[in-house]
Amino acid sequence: MRGGNPGNGAPRGNGGPRANGGPRPGRPVDLSVECGGIRSPNPFWLASGPPTNTAGQVMRAFDMGWGGAVWKTLGDPITNTASRYGAIDYQGRNVAGFNNIELITDRPLEVNLREIAEVKRRYPGHALVASLMVETRDDWRDIIRRTEDTGCDGFELNFGCPHGMCERGMGSAVGQEPRLLEEITGWAREFASIPVLVKLTPNITDILDPAMAAQRGGAHGVSLINTIKSVIAIDHDTFSPIPSVAGQGTSGGYCGPAVKPIALHMVTRLGKAEEFRLPVSAIGGIHTWEDALDFLLMGASSLQVCTAAMHYGFRIVQEMTRGLEEWMREKGYSRIEEFRGRALPNYEEWGDLDLNYRIVAEIDPVLCIGCQLCYAACEDGAHQCIALPAGTRVPRIKQDECVGCNLCQIVCPVEGCITMVEVERGLPKESWNDRVAAGTAGAGGRH
Amino acid sequence: MLATDRVETRLPDLKPALTEAQARAEAARCLFCHDAPCVAACPTAIDIPMFIRQIHSGNPVGAARTIFEANPLGHSCARVCPVEVLCVGECVYNAKGEPPIMIGRLQRHATDHVVHAGIQLFEAGPSTGRAIACVGGGPASLACAHELVRLGHRAVIYEKGTWPGGLNTDGVAPYKMHAEESLAEVEWLSEIGIVWRLGVEVGRDVPWVELEREFDAVFLGAGLGADSALGVEGEDLPGVWGATALIEAIKTGRQVDPLSVYSAVVIGGGNTAIDAARELKLLGVPEVRVVYRRGPESMSAYAHEREHATAEGVAFTWRAVPVAFEGNGRLNAVRLTTVDRGCNPVGEPFRVPADLVAVAVGQGRLETLLAGIPGGIAHERGHVRVDEATGRTSNPKYWAGGDLANGGAEVVNAAAEGKRAARGIHEWLERNGGSV
Ligand SMILES: Cc1cc2nc3c(=O)[nH]c(=O)nc-3n(C[C@H](O)[C@H](O)[C@H](O)COP(=O)(O)OP(=O)(O)OC[C@H]3O[C@@H](n4cnc5c(N)ncnc54)[C@H](O)[C@@H]3O)c2cc1C
Ligand SMILES: Cc1cc2nc3c(=O)[nH]c(=O)nc-3n(C[C@H](O)[C@H](O)[C@H](O)COP(=O)(O)O)c2cc1C
Ligand code: SF4
Ligand code: SF4
Ligand code: SF4
Repeated sequence: MRGGNPGNGAPRGNGGPRANGGPRPGRPVDLSVECGGIRSPNPFWLASGPPTNTAGQVMRAFDMGWGGAVWKTLGDPITNTASRYGAIDYQGRNVAGFNNIELITDRPLEVNLREIAEVKRRYPGHALVASLMVETRDDWRDIIRRTEDTGCDGFELNFGCPHGMCERGMGSAVGQEPRLLEEITGWAREFASIPVLVKLTPNITDILDPAMAAQRGGAHGVSLINTIKSVIAIDHDTFSPIPSVAGQGTSGGYCGPAVKPIALHMVTRLGKAEEFRLPVSAIGGIHTWEDALDFLLMGASSLQVCTAAMHYGFRIVQEMTRGLEEWMREKGYSRIEEFRGRALPNYEEWGDLDLNYRIVAEIDPVLCIGCQLCYAACEDGAHQCIALPAGTRVPRIKQDECVGCNLCQIVCPVEGCITMVEVERGLPKESWNDRVAAGTAGAGGRH
Repeated sequence: MLATDRVETRLPDLKPALTEAQARAEAARCLFCHDAPCVAACPTAIDIPMFIRQIHSGNPVGAARTIFEANPLGHSCARVCPVEVLCVGECVYNAKGEPPIMIGRLQRHATDHVVHAGIQLFEAGPSTGRAIACVGGGPASLACAHELVRLGHRAVIYEKGTWPGGLNTDGVAPYKMHAEESLAEVEWLSEIGIVWRLGVEVGRDVPWVELEREFDAVFLGAGLGADSALGVEGEDLPGVWGATALIEAIKTGRQVDPLSVYSAVVIGGGNTAIDAARELKLLGVPEVRVVYRRGPESMSAYAHEREHATAEGVAFTWRAVPVAFEGNGRLNAVRLTTVDRGCNPVGEPFRVPADLVAVAVGQGRLETLLAGIPGGIAHERGHVRVDEATGRTSNPKYWAGGDLANGGAEVVNAAAEGKRAARGIHEWLERNGGSV
């Protein structure tokens, strides 16, 4: 996570909680949020999934600090396969990406409803949302009426599950069909007297299409993303896709840290679209307070987490709440609303970026450990702008040739060793769109 | 067969095998440096970042292949190399102020995987009909013979001792490697067709002329001679050992009676002296003292080895030399005298009680052995002079490498030089059909 801005050599979060140890004294901060009419003491909700299977789990999670939970999707009980999960390990860290072929709840509806009611009775201040997925208009009416009786705070319509349910005309089969999504959302609004969120699938071309359909259908908000269609890997001995079910496998849903940038893009897309006005509950790869903050800065009203809780247990939420609180204290914020969406104005289309802005790489010879990864990267993978002077292992940037792509800074293993420094050119901002408007767009291609 | 209750088996590995998870995690740290300095520091130039990445990507067999292609002795080197002054010492993490990559232990992880499971990675090349004699069964000859067989030649190793492997089997410190690990490597390497003549001393049991008749070329990998003596009064008392003889007894013997001693003195300032002292200490001798004629700054032993010894409780007496070993039919004390910078005695001699002494003042040179070679061979006080690129000696039929040529270095140098000579011999045979 390194960007190309001047002085941005260190990964983010420096100066945050990890820099100085424990919490600092200061004004108390309020983490409470409201999303589509659903309130919770903090923005962290457990996403619908295995961690929200039972009352025992959800109550333990609330005790540990989670602000809300979306119950494991209710519907006609199904039969799950064994196994169900696969994961990608990257550079010695396990679960860089996670994949599942699990379906909705496999418990009887009555049991789930009884337990939801019990949790809501004991934890009235927490957000408790029931995720639903059924087929016909009558089914929707029936399940919404019965579930509302539990006293839950809202519904989440699961139009996102990319496996198993879509074959039955549910899940992402609905999420990929805006007209169907709009219609079913309309039914839900018709039958429900509490807020309705629509959970979107990322397995589409433009997330705005289903999001607008949800808005037209009357939803109070949207949740995104559900999992991304994926095949995690192949077993090289049995030739079966993983996870393997009796020697065979199928596409599953991808989630975990690897999907965060995709989710963040989609949340950003909705945040920037003026015609879209619903609150967003952001989901996808949230593992740390920094991930969470990214989504809030792009306009999310609440956050949902599944894989991180599956990997590390409910305790993980404390790292997130404490980290967020500490950052807020440091920045002088007392409520999330004060900075929610704060980064959206800085998101521009490519055509509006300043083509006259220049930065070049600079190596700190004292910090440099001489691995020459920057050299290999620039020589083979970028623009041949780094030289290897004789008699030293410290490379030299040919700054007059450096295009400022910051590949070297990204590959350098030493924090702060390569910085990108701004080159003052004395030119006003000029974007591609400016050039098009001025009729000078031919000068310098877009790609 | 080696006895399983040898003294050395009481000393476990100081750097035990990594678990799969540890190896993967450590491998993940390697940065995959460009023109990696660790590789430059390895005398056999193993592609270290590559084999580490192979471990990380779950390909230990491929990792082992990368290692053995460069260094046939990769299995023992993983354990016995002084990595602190070689690859690991050059790892860029040192400059980052973080622990350097555990290259040796990762290397061991990969080679264990194939050697212990008996996975063979190599085979003899198509036969050339040529044959080469390798004199001495240590690392140098092994590396040479392995490479020669892969190139299609017949290679026959003559070893005067009982065990193959040279000092790798009977010399390196037990806490780095036990003898059976060296023998396992020898066996694995020899599988491709290396022929052994064990218990045969060249120059005595087999005359040089006979070797020259039977073989197209000869590789000399005879190492160094026996422990040098001090020439001090009482040196023949029971209880006074040459250091490598003592270590050999610890490594291959079941009983080393002097280990029941209370106080041991090691004379010398090299790595063998430190090894002997550490081994005695770790085996439980209460008082172990190294006596060296100069100060710590002049010791040829590695600083990291000396630090380990100190931490383990070995004492040091600087600027002193023995003038006599005393005892009544059996050693009971060493008489020492302090010396100045010119090593001249100053002050009165003093007595240090000792029931064991290990003399570690170097190994002899094989001048007599070399003198027997028909036509002679150029050497400097027993160190055979060789061509830098080919390992060839002044005598056109002879190549040399290892301790005999470099004057005493490490196993990894012997491996590099043995392989270099094999290439030199092969090129020469290819080029002019091997006629001198
Ligand atoms: C005590 C000690 C500890 C050491 N520890 C380490 C260590 O931890 N790490 C490391 O890398 N290096 C270590 N070394 C150095 C290393 O052992 C040597 O550099 C290496 O073994 C040299 O290999 P070589 O093949 O040249 O000789 P050697 O290993 O000495 O092998 C030579 C062989 O030739 C045989 N031979 C000699 N003459 C004849 C003849 N006429 N006919 C037949 N056979 C003959 C000998 O019996 C011997 O087996 C140590 C050395 C010593 C003495
Ligand atoms: C094992 C598993 C089961 C899931 N089951 C459901 C489900 O029943 N209903 C649903 O809406 N989403 C389900 N999801 C999707 C998650 O709620 C979430 O949208 C997705 O995992 C992305 O978030 P994450 O990266 O934090 O895991 C499931 C995810 C996983 C990993
Ligand atoms: S990548 Fe960084 S540490 Fe490595 S050589 Fe380049 S500047 Fe130095
Ligand atoms: S062009 Fe080369 S030197 Fe310049 S920023 Fe990119 S990688 Fe670095
Ligand atoms: S120097 Fe260290 S980090 Fe770099 S390739 Fe070698 S072992 Fe890996």
